[in-house]
Amino acid sequence: MTGSAGTGQLTSLAFRRDRVMLPACVCGIVAVLAITARDLKVLYPAPARRLAVATSAGENPALRFLLGRLNGTSVGAFLAARWGVWGAAAAVLLTIFIVVRHTRADEEAGRLELVGSAAVGRQAPLIAALLAAVTANVAIALLTCLWLPALKLPLAGSAALALSIGGCGLAFAGVAAVGAQLATTARGARGIAIAALGAAFVLRAVGDTGPADLSWVSWASPLGWVESTRAFGSSGERWWVLALPLAASAVLVAAAFARAAGRDHSGGLLPARPGRPAASGLLRGPFGLAWRLQWGPLAAWVAGCVFAFAACGAAAKAIGSILGASPALRQYLLRVGYQATLSDAYLSALMLLAGLAAAVYATSAVLRLRTEETGNLAEPVLATATGRIRWGLSHISVAVGGACLLLATAGLSAGLGYGILSGSVSTQVPRLLGAAAARLPATMALAAVAVLLFGLLPWESTGLAWSAVALAGVITVFGPPLQWPAWTMDISPFTQTPKLPGGTVAAEPLLWLCGITLALVVAGLAGLRHRDIGDFGPSRLSCLVRDSVAGDPHQSNGPVHGSAPEQC
Amino acid sequence: MKPRAQTPSGDVVLRAVGLTKRFGRVVALDGLDLEVRAGEVHAFLGPNGAGKTTTIRILLGLLKADAGKATLLGGDPWRDAVELHRRLAYVPGDLTLWPSLTGGEIIDLLGRLRGGIDAQRRRALTERFGLDTSTKARAYSRGNRQKVALIAALASRAELLLLDEPTAGLDPLMEATFRDCVNDERHDGRTILLSSHILAEAEALADRVTIIRDGRAVETGTLAEMRHLATISVEAELAAPVALSGMAAVHELTVTGTVVRCHVDHAALDEVLGRMHQAGIRSLTCRPPTLEELFLRHYSPGRSAAGAGR
Repeated sequence: MTGSAGTGQLTSLAFRRDRVMLPACVCGIVAVLAITARDLKVLYPAPARRLAVATSAGENPALRFLLGRLNGTSVGAFLAARWGVWGAAAAVLLTIFIVVRHTRADEEAGRLELVGSAAVGRQAPLIAALLAAVTANVAIALLTCLWLPALKLPLAGSAALALSIGGCGLAFAGVAAVGAQLATTARGARGIAIAALGAAFVLRAVGDTGPADLSWVSWASPLGWVESTRAFGSSGERWWVLALPLAASAVLVAAAFARAAGRDHSGGLLPARPGRPAASGLLRGPFGLAWRLQWGPLAAWVAGCVFAFAACGAAAKAIGSILGASPALRQYLLRVGYQATLSDAYLSALMLLAGLAAAVYATSAVLRLRTEETGNLAEPVLATATGRIRWGLSHISVAVGGACLLLATAGLSAGLGYGILSGSVSTQVPRLLGAAAARLPATMALAAVAVLLFGLLPWESTGLAWSAVALAGVITVFGPPLQWPAWTMDISPFTQTPKLPGGTVAAEPLLWLCGITLALVVAGLAGLRHRDIGDFGPSRLSCLVRDSVAGDPHQSNGPVHGSAPEQC
Repeated sequence: MKPRAQTPSGDVVLRAVGLTKRFGRVVALDGLDLEVRAGEVHAFLGPNGAGKTTTIRILLGLLKADAGKATLLGGDPWRDAVELHRRLAYVPGDLTLWPSLTGGEIIDLLGRLRGGIDAQRRRALTERFGLDTSTKARAYSRGNRQKVALIAALASRAELLLLDEPTAGLDPLMEATFRDCVNDERHDGRTILLSSHILAEAEALADRVTIIRDGRAVETGTLAEMRHLATISVEAELAAPVALSGMAAVHELTVTGTVVRCHVDHAALDEVLGRMHQAGIRSLTCRPPTLEELFLRHYSPGRSAAGAGR
């Protein structure tokens, strides 16, 4: 039996499992690129404006840290600077998830054991995962290559940008393949690969913002190679750079195959660490458990917030000169931020984003309740002397505490980032902390929607709660510039919060928000108290909706004996 | 070890009358009756999907019965859930553990959630089951995960233990250890509801048995009572043919030459043996049905739930 036997079946299985996720993510990444390209053409139509922006942007280290170098003044060069590194990072994340999902995640779950007992070679799962990842990156490159010229961007630059992004994805397919061979858990494998992505970002950022004699460190980073290809560059593309990610990918994939050929099933290089033989004093009661289960993701969110908001805050100093060049963008920002001055509008919009990010976190923390319930992990807790309300509140406390922490982090980081550059730390930090805190009621209102849904419509709660967050986000971000009617804007709780810094604070809408939040939580907890605990099918309500749509073909059948509570 | 049971022996600790539970159009329980007395090991038998786990979840107040009434340790399992849970311990059938916690942490956590853990018992049980408590739950095998849940429940000193298929995944050595532990608990006066489909386990451990089918109890009592109600299997080698085929109390009669095999109702045993005696007995084996035979009778195709085994 050869090592690759069964690759065909495993590859088609991989495509079958990813048939929705893979095309959706590929199209999403390419669409963001194309839409940005179109917007840039609208926002900066004149070359003189672009030259002015290029000069001021080139002087701002925060922007270079966040986005990378600008290699020209054409629309294409702007696009490459705006989305080259971040588009590549998105492709890399997609690649990492695909590769780990079909290798270590399946192995950890025991599925590969079943597969491996059949006539399947040792290398086949890895080959199948890499084929899926290569397909995704080739599709991203191909679609970009087709779409950007359609927007009248030069073909050569489009091809260089597309290939450099796809190439970066391929390099990280190798990184993820190696990670999946080293770690024994899917989380560990993803952690290795994402840490490598973070290191690549920092190396590139240091090379771009540090002194000239340090600029070589960009060459150690696959994300730096994307910039170094100089797509749409004023001095022409550097095609030979595209060979670097391919070579790196080949070396890493070869190493992964060598390791896969020699190791035990479910074995790794990094050993699974033993833990405490007895629980510490912190793991006492449902609250201790909820915080223990959720502190890892929260720490990652806080770290991300520090990084993102410090950089965005630092960028605020140059925002006037950059945005001043584009009346359309200036007007957009003034509308989203509702401010008189541009820098305040920018900071207000930034704190609005912080509120939305905190709402995303708080919703995920509340929905952990549902994951615990469907994973049969609520049952052992609720079978002890822990009431349902206490159990519900334990995870809600993580949502509230985590959201407060994230908003404080965002306000503090942005205040420090802006304050240090503008020499006004003592005024900016309290100002932005207050601005972040002003968004807390809206954040909590969205988390309360998740609590309500979890209590009353458990089966639908995950989908509906995320829809609510997405709706609020879309209204908040797109409503003001498109001048949607007031009643639409009022759906988003963020419309009701004070527009700080710079705006005025009205107590009445905040009190309303707090009252509604409290009512939603109480109703949700009351629902939790009265319903069955477990993973059951759709609620009666959505069954009625579905049956009325489908014409209820089951009506005539009698009752069924059995244990599967899946049907309506 | 001193028993902590507060209910006098023989009293009813757990009673369910006419429990009904539907999930949409699926009927999980259809008027189930169950009675567990203090200090007994009560086996709750039925194949997968018969409604055992649903019953236990109702008794724990996780599910609300559509109809019927359940009483647990003198309280209402739905209304008084938290108070009752201080006095019972539970091993779930669909066992999952938090993958990032170690076995030791989970045992301590569940003990604390229940209102305290007996450190000495925890140590003794960990040793007895040979569990490495510093391993993360994601690295445990099925049997080791089961040990974690068993130790957490047995270390609790609760009055009532609800065990849902507690030996799933255990090796034969650990199964024997588990049986020893159950016998110790019985001597300490604790009450155990043991849901299982492993009949040898129930036969070895249980004082009383309830068999359920399609969400309804079809047979309940001590093994001796159930045997008494059931038929006795008779196998005899006779000197001359004997006329048994006409008797209403004789079932599943097969005659191969001079060897006769049949199942006989208790009341008619005298008469059947008398006729055999007249024909001349060369050899004779009479034995009561095993639990497996009792059980399978309720589930053999063509038998209705009401008439089975009689």
